[in-house]
Amino acid sequence: MNNFQYTRVSSPAAAIAELSKDPTAKLVAGGTNLIDLMKYGVMAPDKLVDINHLGFNEIKKDNGTLHIGATVRNAVASGNADVLKYQPLLSQAMLSGASPQLRNKATMGGNLLQRTRCGYFYDISAPCNKREPGSGCSAIEGYNRMHAIFGASDTCIAVNPSDMNVALVALDAIIMVAGPKGNRKIPMADFHRLPGTHPELDTTLDKKEIITGIVIPDNHLAAHSTYLKVRDRASYAFALISVAATMDLEGSTIKDVRLAMGGVAHKPWRLTAAEEFLKGKTASLENFNQAAEIAMKGAKAYEFNAFKLKLAPNTMVQALKTASGIKA
Amino acid sequence: MSKKHLENADMELALSRVDGRVKVTGAAKYTAEVQLPELTYGVLVESTIGQGMITALDTKKAERAPGVMAVISHLNTPGVPEYKLQNQDVIQKQLRVFDSENIYFNGQPIAVVVADTLERAQYGASLVKVVYAKGKSATSLENNLSRAVMPKKTKEDYMRGKAAAFKDAEFQVEEEYTLPSEAHHPMEPHSIIAWWEAADKLTLVDKTQGSQNTAAIMAKSFQLSPQNVKVISTYVGGAFGSALRVWPHEIVAVLAAKKVQKPVKLVLHRNQMSYMVGYRPHTLQKVALGASKDGKLLGISHESYGKTSMYEEFTENVLAMTRMMYDVPNIDTKYRIVPLNVSTPAPMRGPGEATGSFALECALDELSYKLNMDPIELRLANYADQDPDKKMPWSSKYLKECYQLGAEKIGWDKRKALPGAVQEGEWKVGYGIATGTFGAFRGGASMKATFKPDGTLLLQSAIADIGPGTATTMTIIASENLGIPVEKISFQLGNSTFPKAPQQGGSNTVATVGSAVVAVCNNLKVELAKRAAKQKADWGNAVASTIRFKGANLVNTDEPSSKIEFASLFGAESPNELVITADAAPGDEKNKYSFYSFSVHFIEAHVHELTGVVRIKNAVSVIDCGTVVSPKTARSQSMGGIVGGIGMALTEELVLDDRNGRTVNASFGDYHVPVQADIPQMQMMFVNEKDPYLNPMGSKGLGEIVIIGVAPAVANAVYNATGKRIRNLPITPDKLI
Repeated sequence: MNNFQYTRVSSPAAAIAELSKDPTAKLVAGGTNLIDLMKYGVMAPDKLVDINHLGFNEIKKDNGTLHIGATVRNAVASGNADVLKYQPLLSQAMLSGASPQLRNKATMGGNLLQRTRCGYFYDISAPCNKREPGSGCSAIEGYNRMHAIFGASDTCIAVNPSDMNVALVALDAIIMVAGPKGNRKIPMADFHRLPGTHPELDTTLDKKEIITGIVIPDNHLAAHSTYLKVRDRASYAFALISVAATMDLEGSTIKDVRLAMGGVAHKPWRLTAAEEFLKGKTASLENFNQAAEIAMKGAKAYEFNAFKLKLAPNTMVQALKTASGIKA
Repeated sequence: MSKKHLENADMELALSRVDGRVKVTGAAKYTAEVQLPELTYGVLVESTIGQGMITALDTKKAERAPGVMAVISHLNTPGVPEYKLQNQDVIQKQLRVFDSENIYFNGQPIAVVVADTLERAQYGASLVKVVYAKGKSATSLENNLSRAVMPKKTKEDYMRGKAAAFKDAEFQVEEEYTLPSEAHHPMEPHSIIAWWEAADKLTLVDKTQGSQNTAAIMAKSFQLSPQNVKVISTYVGGAFGSALRVWPHEIVAVLAAKKVQKPVKLVLHRNQMSYMVGYRPHTLQKVALGASKDGKLLGISHESYGKTSMYEEFTENVLAMTRMMYDVPNIDTKYRIVPLNVSTPAPMRGPGEATGSFALECALDELSYKLNMDPIELRLANYADQDPDKKMPWSSKYLKECYQLGAEKIGWDKRKALPGAVQEGEWKVGYGIATGTFGAFRGGASMKATFKPDGTLLLQSAIADIGPGTATTMTIIASENLGIPVEKISFQLGNSTFPKAPQQGGSNTVATVGSAVVAVCNNLKVELAKRAAKQKADWGNAVASTIRFKGANLVNTDEPSSKIEFASLFGAESPNELVITADAAPGDEKNKYSFYSFSVHFIEAHVHELTGVVRIKNAVSVIDCGTVVSPKTARSQSMGGIVGGIGMALTEELVLDDRNGRTVNASFGDYHVPVQADIPQMQMMFVNEKDPYLNPMGSKGLGEIVIIGVAPAVANAVYNATGKRIRNLPITPDKLI
């Protein structure tokens, strides 16, 4: 690990000023990912700006809309009564990620900015376009069992590792951001990006901006939602495939439905076409199977992750069955 | 109804781990936690290629970094004297540390940076720049089977009766089974502190399964007088076989301490635990069984191909169980190893047999379906009443009892022979069994006892405790032998200057060291009786087996009036303590009987039909390990074995990138040992019948048989649930959809 400076700021403006002044400075809150990356030599910031004291640690309810501060701990948010009542999907997704110890430290903003767990990204002796642009991608012809089947490019096939992000994109969350030019709102679906020719960029957040909170609009989805994560062991493993499924049911008719997948792309993967197909239809195994087929259009596998082409639709169908409560 | 066997509830009441409190409170200091004045820290630099040579090593920046005291590599090593005595052309040895520019595997230690703090050493290590002439590395087992060789120490392939006899049988199974490499990953990483007390005197605090073995190897490596090397290894946080030898990082620490003339602490990073301290080698097996329609086996052919390094032959007993487990007239086995650009494997819990039993016990299960025969019935149809390999009687064998007790406990009658016939919601339910066995060994050991007038007893042995609860077991043996309460007995271990003991490995500690406890206790009693006889004539005929301590007295149970205060038996020349030593060694029983422990594992597996997720719902293991000396620690050790077996079956796999031999999943996040949520309800049962011949306690070994057979039991349960036969471990969800 390189030597670095550590500074603690007490206002968003001061944090933004630190980022503007020093392009290699990084914000730190829970540090559960950044500190690991520094130990591995993957990231080497000259300065850490501690943002744990900006007052972004509250969860507020405005009618049914939830405002979750950026430094609220994952453990706190996942156990919060309003989150459990209005957005149980989010709680379930967060509880399927990491371990209790990590969730006690990790923050909402930090989770949004989690970096990929591609083994080649972590191994500084391996070429990696995300870590070192232009050096090449070791995963495309390497061990790519955990890698993308949607939206990958020939520079990067890494996946976003977060469970929380999958739920947030399904719930149409809005990321609240502050920067030198003022505040802005980024829809969750636009917050993460595909690798394209710039896999070093995970998100559309500017280097001088900070996340202040997450807003989740009210919806009628709480009664029928599930987050299903398929992984190699029962806990503390990243998703092979995960699916966030939540719907508004009237009898057995699907009035509204949201579907997103994790473990498949550089960003949490919203399944819009499958949603459109299901809207207005009956919650039935046959329709779920068809939706899964639609969802898989354009999927492309690599040497070691071909199983995802089958596991992904299977997981989606199971998640829809569980969310809707249908038996067949 | 009286019963002899032990179940979970029986074990609750037994003595708890005597060192449990210091372990859970943190008072027990493990190697990496030991602090010394002027301690310095070593951090390894590793190769990032799998094969080739170092052409340039730039250490200048590292040497100039703050706090860095030395950067040591093949360019400036103080040298290991033993290497000079070895033939440089023949590499059949432990990797010679910093001995040349050659690279044999990816992750090979090529330099060490020593600094005044760990962080400065880590930073210094990151500044060492290496230039290589890269060669082409070969690490894939499957792609390099043509390189397979018969190990030098194997003279010929095994044959009993006739070869390939399975082909003549009416019912046949012929399949291939693969097990990936598995890391030991004990909770405590390998750690060492080395310092030279004088130019010819070396002391180590080290994680090892054998303090005396480590001391002997270090003495030989550095050409020191054996009494000038001391190894302390008081607490070891698990090892599973990974600390049975001296590894390169230990030699490095000694070299570094020589260079900087201060104590050097070197602790491996979790990732380095994947490739620097051995692993269970990736092994491909071919098994063929032939049986008549009543299930009687006519022949077994079994071949094994395992990985080894380019510089050393690693072998293990993959095929031993096949040769002795069942009563089969015709058996041929063939064992080969494949030298590759990998580090040398190491014995890992249930070494050999855990691998071999996976193939053998899965193949038997496959045969049971072909025969339409219950898998337990099939095994009973081939039950060996004597060792068919050595043609000797068993010292003891209660395997039939194991099948019976376990079948009742798990509810074997709920199993349906038709795969996939039992369903609970979206989960398919299956039951599987497999048998395990491992030789029951006993070696030689010595023991020192220090008895004081206050009735306290201190026992000392060089034996390690890597977790099974050795001090607890030995305390119980002494207490039962003497009648002294356990609170008054302490047992010290893990120090090479203590009396002789073997390494802790191969399930022989209780048999070996426990026998020395019995011997020293008997000597103590006889010595005290001799002294008592000077005061009271009726002690003249006392023998060890009838002498007991009762409160402050010594009693001859044959002579109720014999009671004498033991405090009165301490002579004027040593009024404060009585020191007794004893040696214990096996006799010729090995020539008369075949010694094995046995286990049967029952697994209930639930498999999700859409996602392929496997959940073990119930695990019942029934064990014939002779008399159980320490029921609670025996249960704990068994639970650990079952968990290890579940990891082997479902989650564990070391993955190499065959382009350059680098480990892809070296971290604890990516290498999946089972976590709490993977662990089912586990029920341990011990037959608890004495083995009459191995040792005075009547015990056999336990540590290995609790993992051997678990993985095939899981695979067999998964087949029973789904009809899918997974022959390549681990059984991850992708293989079941």
